[in-house]
Amino acid sequence: MQLHQSYKMELDVEKIRKDFPILARLLNKKQLIYFDSAATSQCPRIVIDSIKGFYEKHNANIHRGIHKLAEESTLMYEEAHQKVADFINADFEEIIFTKNTTEALNLLAYSLLNDLKENDEIILSQMEHHSNIVPWQQLAKLKKVKINYVKVTEEGKLNLIHLKSLINEKTRIVSITHVSNLLGTINPVKEISEIAHEKNIIFIVDAAQSIPHMKVDVKDIDADFLVFSGHKMCAPTGIGVLYGKKVLLEKISPFLYGGDMIKEVTFENTRFNDLPWKFEAGTPPIAEGIALGVAVDYLNSIGMENIEEYEDKLTQYLYKKLKEQKDVKIYGPEKRSSLVSFNLYEIHPHDVATILDSEGIAIRAGHMCAMPLVKEVLNESAVCRISLYFYNTKEEIDKFILALDKVRKVFGK
Amino acid sequence: MTQNQIIDRDYAGEGIYRENIIDHYKSPRNFGILENSDAEYMEFNPLCGDEATMQIKIKDNLIKDIKFKGKGCAISMASCSILTEKIKGKSLNEVKKLEKEQVYEMLSIPISPQRVKCALLSWETLRRLIKIYENKNG
Repeated sequence: MQLHQSYKMELDVEKIRKDFPILARLLNKKQLIYFDSAATSQCPRIVIDSIKGFYEKHNANIHRGIHKLAEESTLMYEEAHQKVADFINADFEEIIFTKNTTEALNLLAYSLLNDLKENDEIILSQMEHHSNIVPWQQLAKLKKVKINYVKVTEEGKLNLIHLKSLINEKTRIVSITHVSNLLGTINPVKEISEIAHEKNIIFIVDAAQSIPHMKVDVKDIDADFLVFSGHKMCAPTGIGVLYGKKVLLEKISPFLYGGDMIKEVTFENTRFNDLPWKFEAGTPPIAEGIALGVAVDYLNSIGMENIEEYEDKLTQYLYKKLKEQKDVKIYGPEKRSSLVSFNLYEIHPHDVATILDSEGIAIRAGHMCAMPLVKEVLNESAVCRISLYFYNTKEEIDKFILALDKVRKVFGK
Repeated sequence: MTQNQIIDRDYAGEGIYRENIIDHYKSPRNFGILENSDAEYMEFNPLCGDEATMQIKIKDNLIKDIKFKGKGCAISMASCSILTEKIKGKSLNEVKKLEKEQVYEMLSIPISPQRVKCALLSWETLRRLIKIYENKNG
């Protein structure tokens, strides 16, 4: 398969869809409509082939062997780091491969909270995914560090005035999501970065929901750390990324200890390896890391600006169509990233999802791993979520809107 | 299971929403609050946010009365309604022996792996409720 030629263009979605073998699948005897890419996106053939190709031709451990295979796998794995670095405008040493966003955030929580004192404070927001709440919450208890949550406005945006009011001389860390996985809100991370840096506070961006859909530039945002997962951006599961400014990564201590992250070991002491390997203990997911590099190539070949533009139109179309339904309640602002969460009448999201599933439509239903937001801010027990990617089409959205009638019919509405 | 078996497995789809289920969902039996209950328990399904609270009144080892309240999908709420209806008047020993499979039978719909927790919310609540009652009453 050839990569696409990237230049400013309308996406040839029919052609792009052929790159994704799973999209040809039937689901419950209906043509699959995959609307759950915010949970995990699908892999193009070129990524799937790279995993197969690695195991068939190059499989060896990295940074260890003297033999040719080890040299190849090491080169390929390191090259993937460089591709990811270029993708977000970072340097090679600043890219650490992790298992996923969650692991990257755990790494930060462990390594950064280590240096915090009792009564120090950190700031999160009410719209965080559990992965950007639970690691901080649990470790903060041990260190007696206080967590403050930035409120979400009625419209579903971050309340920046509240954020500013939470900052004081004890605030050490601000960790905020770039795009809400439930509300779709695109947070002004550049502005938040300025607010935090004015007071020398470390600023962490959870980019899991933004990286797949828009151009993200860590230097432009001036993020101290930025984390994301491969499996939401056309790569396989098991690989994620921690970006950190070099000066900060050099300062903080590793989270996992073991092989490959060392330079010299005696029975008493260890000198840690250079960046980024200081943070990559043990044999990493090599094939997955390489596949992430291939996914980045693939996304680049389509062009992140093109993806963003196409998805924006598609999301606006979905938003408009859902807004026309009198019995649908939508959560979050109108200007949003590529997802829409909603509820239909009083019908439980699980029931909506089950009936849509019987029509071949895969959506997410539940609390989206943002339980405090759903229960305590939106006052719901669950929501339905449609999340789009550049391989989705208006025709699929039309079919989904029609399928809502079937849901209504089953429940006699 | 091989991959093909997973894909080709008979699919129930919206067929789980049989008339009986929708009926119990829309007009749940034993829905409400029991005054002076002998035991009470609230169970929560973190996967989908469903919750059910059950209360019982026991006399001479018989379930004299049972009521539930809750919020959830059609399957979990219908399951609470059907189960409470079935066990009312039964002996504590009988109810203790109740197996998961019997709950599936009561629902008489095919339950996919993703909906097991919904279907069994009632059974889990009841099981723990009875334990609480027994702990209280030796």
